[in-house]
Amino acid sequence: MKARKKRDIGWYILFTVPLLFIFVTVVIIPFIVGLFYSFFDWDGLPLNPKVFVGFDNYIKLFSDTRFGSTAIQTTIFTLIAVVLINLLGLAFALLVTTRLRTRNIGRTMLFMPYLIGGLILGYIWKFIFGDAFGAIGEITGQSGVFFNWLLDSKFALLALIIVSTWQMAGYIMIIYITGIQAIPDEVIEAASADGAGFWQTLFKIKFPLLMPSFTICLFMTLSNCFKIFDVNLSLTGGGPNNATEMFAMNIYNEIFMLNNYGYGQAKALIFFIAVAVITLVQVSITKKREVSM
Amino acid sequence: MRKTKRVLANVLFLIGCCMYLFPIYIVIVNAFKSRAEIYENILSLPSVFNFEYFFAAMKKMEFLNAFKNSSIVTFGSILLIIILASMTAWMLARTNGKISKTIFSVLVATMLIPFQTIMMPLMQEMGWIKDTFGIPMIDTLGGLIYMNIGFGASMAVFLYHGFITAIPISLEEAATIDGCSKWGVFWQIVFPMLKPTTVTVIILDVIWIWNDYLLPSLVITSKNLRTIPLSTFSFFGQFTIQWNLAMAGLTLTIIPVIIFYLCAQKYIIKGVAAGAVK
Repeated sequence: MKARKKRDIGWYILFTVPLLFIFVTVVIIPFIVGLFYSFFDWDGLPLNPKVFVGFDNYIKLFSDTRFGSTAIQTTIFTLIAVVLINLLGLAFALLVTTRLRTRNIGRTMLFMPYLIGGLILGYIWKFIFGDAFGAIGEITGQSGVFFNWLLDSKFALLALIIVSTWQMAGYIMIIYITGIQAIPDEVIEAASADGAGFWQTLFKIKFPLLMPSFTICLFMTLSNCFKIFDVNLSLTGGGPNNATEMFAMNIYNEIFMLNNYGYGQAKALIFFIAVAVITLVQVSITKKREVSM
Repeated sequence: MRKTKRVLANVLFLIGCCMYLFPIYIVIVNAFKSRAEIYENILSLPSVFNFEYFFAAMKKMEFLNAFKNSSIVTFGSILLIIILASMTAWMLARTNGKISKTIFSVLVATMLIPFQTIMMPLMQEMGWIKDTFGIPMIDTLGGLIYMNIGFGASMAVFLYHGFITAIPISLEEAATIDGCSKWGVFWQIVFPMLKPTTVTVIILDVIWIWNDYLLPSLVITSKNLRTIPLSTFSFFGQFTIQWNLAMAGLTLTIIPVIIFYLCAQKYIIKGVAAGAVK
């Protein structure tokens, strides 16, 4: 019996340790080391000293106006983008679950943008909102709408919202489709037998039963939008005048462009806490509103 | 009357979908045009299908080399993630102790950590490993694969764990009584049953690793080790962008993705749905 137990432990180690070793060295250790870095002032050069500054980096955050405006921009961006992505994704999902003959090819096409990486998508739209809009404006004379959006701070933010929506709506559609298909046909039939119209069925039957899908989709879009980096980098690069610099990019610039390693790491940890709090609160709220069949 | 209405609905829907993909159309048509022709009319089809920009773009971004690097990293990372994560998940699911539970909760909890929170210390640590032990973690495809495994571990273990707890243990017990070792039980009986989850993990990780930009940009500095997202930087690094070359380059990077999508469409949509819902 004892020999067998020993052998079982051996198997346990053989099966789990290789992955856990990699995981610990790639995720856990840097996370803990990062905590230490956030209490130091350091420019990233190995020869230069790391100076212990206690909570100074965290206190400095409150008077950092660039970080403050980044926080506001990220919040505005996230709120609008989450609403748009979910509205569009849900509308797409309702469309491709109708009896349209073309629904399958439609689904294929609507999902496609998600597969093209954020960096490439950003470049594609950089051309459209920048050069293409400029050129179209000159030709048509409609320069009120068609001008280089990326040079205007408000329109650049709008461009970022549009591109993120374009990228994510098809993805969110897939999750809503799964939810819609899980609704039993009998329920819908019973509703229409009782004389419920299209909108009544939609709001009184489908939406309540789709609550689990809402939870997932809100979670996905919230955390993805809040953490946006690739599209931000390639589409606007944070410009003009940092007006579209989101959290992730602000942290990246603080560390690797301005060489404030300690201060940047403090930002990165605050970023982590913000992401964790937002997603956990959101999940617990929507979970409560789910109805069971 | 009803029939015309239905046809009309289908046609309108298809037109709408095509409009949605209009940006992709713009990239592809402009990849054939000269610089002057682009600005004459951005929306029109090219007057001649001129492939010279594709060859120029291929050369500039070293497309074939980047494609090879991306393939190595994607394939290597995913192969190892699948092998290691399925083994780990099985042990954690079948050994119901405090240790297993703790490990699993830690893995799941870390999924909330954004990459930006650990990127700097991670690079410091990998640099330190390189200097101290002489293991080349920085600026090698192997190092990049190693880090991808670390970042893909939690999601893969999570998906496998969910699937394993739903399948009955009796088959494994029968095999154990027949004298099969744990290694044999796992690879001959359990792993083949995990196929649906394996497909999901492959799909999710292909989308992520193939398109990943930030981690490779920090790890890889040599030009000849660039992956595809890194190589597109050759068009956008300068102040003036040569858009006709850039368009050709972007088209080149999109086409493999679209081909992959059309071939494995059924699996991709299923995999993405399964990965998100769990």
